[in-house]
Amino acid sequence: MDIIIANSSDDPIYQQITAQIKNLIFKGELIEGDSLPSIRNLARELQISVITTKKAYEVLEAEGYIETVPGKGSYIAAQNKNLLQEKRLKIVEEKFIEGIIAARAVGFNLEEIEAMIKMLYQEVANE
Amino acid sequence: MNNLLEVKNLSKKYQEFSLQEISFTLKKGYIMGFIGPNGAGKSTTIKLIMNLLKRDGGEIRVFGLDNIRAEREIKDRIGFVYEEPYFYEELTVLEMKKVIAPFYSKWDDQIFDQYLKRFGLSVKKKIKELSKGMKMKVWLAIALSHQAELLILDEPTSGLDPVVRRELLDILADVIQDEEKGVFFSTHITTDLDKIADYITFINNGEIIFSTTKDYIMDNYGLVKGKKAGLDNTLLKEAVGLRENKFGFEALVKDRNRFWKGSKGEFIIEKPTLEEIILYYTRGKQG
Repeated sequence: MDIIIANSSDDPIYQQITAQIKNLIFKGELIEGDSLPSIRNLARELQISVITTKKAYEVLEAEGYIETVPGKGSYIAAQNKNLLQEKRLKIVEEKFIEGIIAARAVGFNLEEIEAMIKMLYQEVANE
Repeated sequence: MNNLLEVKNLSKKYQEFSLQEISFTLKKGYIMGFIGPNGAGKSTTIKLIMNLLKRDGGEIRVFGLDNIRAEREIKDRIGFVYEEPYFYEELTVLEMKKVIAPFYSKWDDQIFDQYLKRFGLSVKKKIKELSKGMKMKVWLAIALSHQAELLILDEPTSGLDPVVRRELLDILADVIQDEEKGVFFSTHITTDLDKIADYITFINNGEIIFSTTKDYIMDNYGLVKGKKAGLDNTLLKEAVGLRENKFGFEALVKDRNRFWKGSKGEFIIEKPTLEEIILYYTRGKQG
């Protein structure tokens, strides 16, 4: 499990942690039942406050991504498959929207964007 | 008993300086940084906790016990590192250990040896042959070798190089892994140890400015920068400190989110560092 904290980021550190753990779940790198490090261990490894890691886990738990068993630790919770798929879709949509906005800003129309996607898709598929 | 250390309305008066009814609490399993400029009252507070000075008023409880009435028991359970460690300069590290170890009921030679090894110290060296940083490490090894439940460190990083300072972070993080122990350290250099501090207690001129989680500070305080024309903004009246220069101004505000909403994009708003916060509080509004 990789978690990287950017000190220069404007996002609070706990949000950086929650975002990265969620991403690992969406990508399927963390699956139901996988255990997470304890809040104290994570804080130690990342050299950050225990309160920060605690908040990150509390947020993830409130949103249903993880479960904490007192005395045993925290685990990735069972994810609703449809919901997970929906969230993955949403991430893809967001990336496309970002790209479309950037493309429109420099004057590309829909046809040109489609052509560009086709070309880039081929490139990625060939890798 | 969840509180390792409780300081309530503690006061101490000197002619030139007084500690003004300060209060703060440290819970088990956490690290608290005690920050402030030189002469703010950090060392006085620590000496009062260790009963090296007589308090004029207020209360200090360590492990729920009064720090004067239960001094012996408390000190047995505290690991203490003082800013300028006092040693008998002619003794070797080994002789020094033999002097100190009997004072502690839970002294553990094995742990002591492990730390000496980790710090690259030899027991045969005389104290006077050690650098300031190495003396600090000896004292640290002593503080960590009797299963202390509370570590009190007075300016532990002064005299230590960045590598050892980083090592100290790891050691302190290890100490709190079992959720039973706690660390209280004072410092006027806030750039390294503040990384792992859970709580920050900021003292200035004998008064506690705040004692809260570091995350609260980092998520709320803001450094506002803008053109001189922006100085009229009423929100700036609440600024903790303001500094004008030829080309604009910088101000520290307690609630950057409110500021963000109240301004129309004419300012740059950044997360301050603890060092900047200290600076603004200490300097005030005079600029």
